[in-house]
Amino acid sequence: MSMPNSAGPATPRLLRYVDALREGVAQEMERDPRVFVFGLDVDDHKAIQGSTRGLPQQFGPTRVFNTPLSEDAMTGVAIGAAMAGLRPIHVHIRMDFLMLCMNQLVNMASKAHYMYGGSVKVPMVVRSMIGKSWGQGAQHSQGLHALFMHIPGLKVVAPSNAHDAKGCMIAAIRDDNPVIFVEHRLLYPTEAEVPEASFTVDPCRARVCTHGGDITVVGISNMLLECLRAQELLSSAGVHVDLIDPIWLVPMDIETIVQSVRRTGRLLVVDNAWTNCGASAEILARVAERVSDCPVQMSRMGFAATTCPPSPTLEHEFYPNPAKIALRIHEMVQPGVHWQPDLEKAALAYQIQFRGPF
Amino acid sequence: MIEMVPEPDLGRLYYKLRLIRRAEEEIARIYPSDKIKSPVHLSIGQEAVAVGICDALRPDDVVSGTYRSHASYIAKGGDLPAMFAELYGKDTGCARGKGGSMHLVDMTHYLLGTSAVVGTTVPITLGYSLALQREGQGRVAVAFFGDGATEEGVFYESLNFAALHRLPVLFVCENNFYAIHTPIPKRWATRNLCERVRTYGITAQQVADSGVLAIRRLAAESIAPMRTGGGPAFLECHTYRWREHVGPAEDYEAGYRSRDELLPWQENDQMMVLGAALPVGERDAIDAQVEQEIAGAIDFAENSPFPEPKELYTDVYAE
Repeated sequence: MSMPNSAGPATPRLLRYVDALREGVAQEMERDPRVFVFGLDVDDHKAIQGSTRGLPQQFGPTRVFNTPLSEDAMTGVAIGAAMAGLRPIHVHIRMDFLMLCMNQLVNMASKAHYMYGGSVKVPMVVRSMIGKSWGQGAQHSQGLHALFMHIPGLKVVAPSNAHDAKGCMIAAIRDDNPVIFVEHRLLYPTEAEVPEASFTVDPCRARVCTHGGDITVVGISNMLLECLRAQELLSSAGVHVDLIDPIWLVPMDIETIVQSVRRTGRLLVVDNAWTNCGASAEILARVAERVSDCPVQMSRMGFAATTCPPSPTLEHEFYPNPAKIALRIHEMVQPGVHWQPDLEKAALAYQIQFRGPF
Repeated sequence: MIEMVPEPDLGRLYYKLRLIRRAEEEIARIYPSDKIKSPVHLSIGQEAVAVGICDALRPDDVVSGTYRSHASYIAKGGDLPAMFAELYGKDTGCARGKGGSMHLVDMTHYLLGTSAVVGTTVPITLGYSLALQREGQGRVAVAFFGDGATEEGVFYESLNFAALHRLPVLFVCENNFYAIHTPIPKRWATRNLCERVRTYGITAQQVADSGVLAIRRLAAESIAPMRTGGGPAFLECHTYRWREHVGPAEDYEAGYRSRDELLPWQENDQMMVLGAALPVGERDAIDAQVEQEIAGAIDFAENSPFPEPKELYTDVYAE
């Protein structure tokens, strides 16, 4: 993929997503004493799969601390601390656990600035990770970002690479609003060039990852990578893709997507979530509202409309994968023309490096 | 530590009790005119809890409340004209017409925004107190909530976290015996709320008769050690809601409670008790001041502009 633009006097080097997250947090904690990190297991030996490693030693137990299993109250604690002027980062090792935080996030964090007439701000980051594969199953796999996209007052970001993981994290910490920071377990080991110096990847700026012209494809979170793999499979078919990473889902840079769709006349959104009332539905709707003057062929892909099963054969069917995405793209661009991705390449494209247990 | 607490001033306490009572009676009087389009949960009869607690606070201490928070707002020193303007939905309201009666706020007097969802502000108060603890200036936070909130899971999560981190938080349960219309015997397996709280290692005391001086004394005794790292404390203050759950009227004919329940609370009405203890001249002067303040607040609310329609979209996000 093309290297993202970076601001700042930087020496890019390859960094893993997990290390980029940690570096972004550490740099902000050095810069701003109001920033603190808390959540279940943030200071244990596994360190949220490495993403908080070293932070307790570097910043001490006042600024990096473990919590009881009390997600509801701990979210309230984050909100209250943020109202008092601190900048909490509340960490959840799976997004599924955010369901225990919904009252505080939906009824307070999102609304406090508005319903208190602008007299308080709630600058907080809620980190959570979507799990996948190795039988994560029903409650370790959900991509629930659309629930938060629905609520005015929340921002939602889902970086797909290490560069954006760092830049979005720094932007989220500096943001004066509650930011739902969506990570993906399978992205953790992926590497990208990441400047050492501090930089931000700001809200409402999508990135055009590849310029094709036949079709606009939007990939969200880990699905951006699956779309890149699909694109490789399609190269033999001569199908070329405008691949767009929205990065920030709220506020979303819909104009970049619209501009591409106006050129290609085709739009496929691939989400790391269910499609019903999801981010894919929202993107299609917004594009449709803006390009009513020209016909656009639209489609979307996401989780199967089932609960995520742990059995490998079922789990394989549950997710969009590069071959499925490539086939869908091909059907849209060259309808009626038979094409199959190279089976060996397709299998390789879907090789997942991740082994369990978690 | 009790020596550090100044003597309670009966006149000041009476003034606050009277101001809250009369402000809410005026809200009830105005309500049928439909000028106040906000669900009002009146504190009439419950004033002594907010007044007793807040009188033991420093101006820079922090208070959070519930949808029934006119009393704690006024007791903490919240701006009265801004409260009335908020009830009227005016641009000059404490939340600029975007909160209403259930979401009062006055950050200049450290009244955190109140919430309509039971129990919600309890952990938020903890978070604020975490910041106060780090600040190290001896400030404390008070979480007001009702008996219903003690049934929410988040209440126990909050007790545990406050005790674990020895947060400077005073938990104040305003126990008026009803969650909306459901009495405690239908909701609690045992009555021993203070005992439940003590199992978390938190000092817990009960005031059964709503005596404002007793509430003030216990608050002061609880807060003094808290200012130097003594950790959280809990007060269960029995009290009684004289009016309906929401709205300006009484509801003793509705069938879920009888007027007989009200009578002992009315006989022990702290506003009357303190008023009777004051010299007549002092009391009359306070009464006159209260009427003047309320009339001024209503006048301010009535003559303030409504927000411009474009205000709908301001402050959705902080810039």
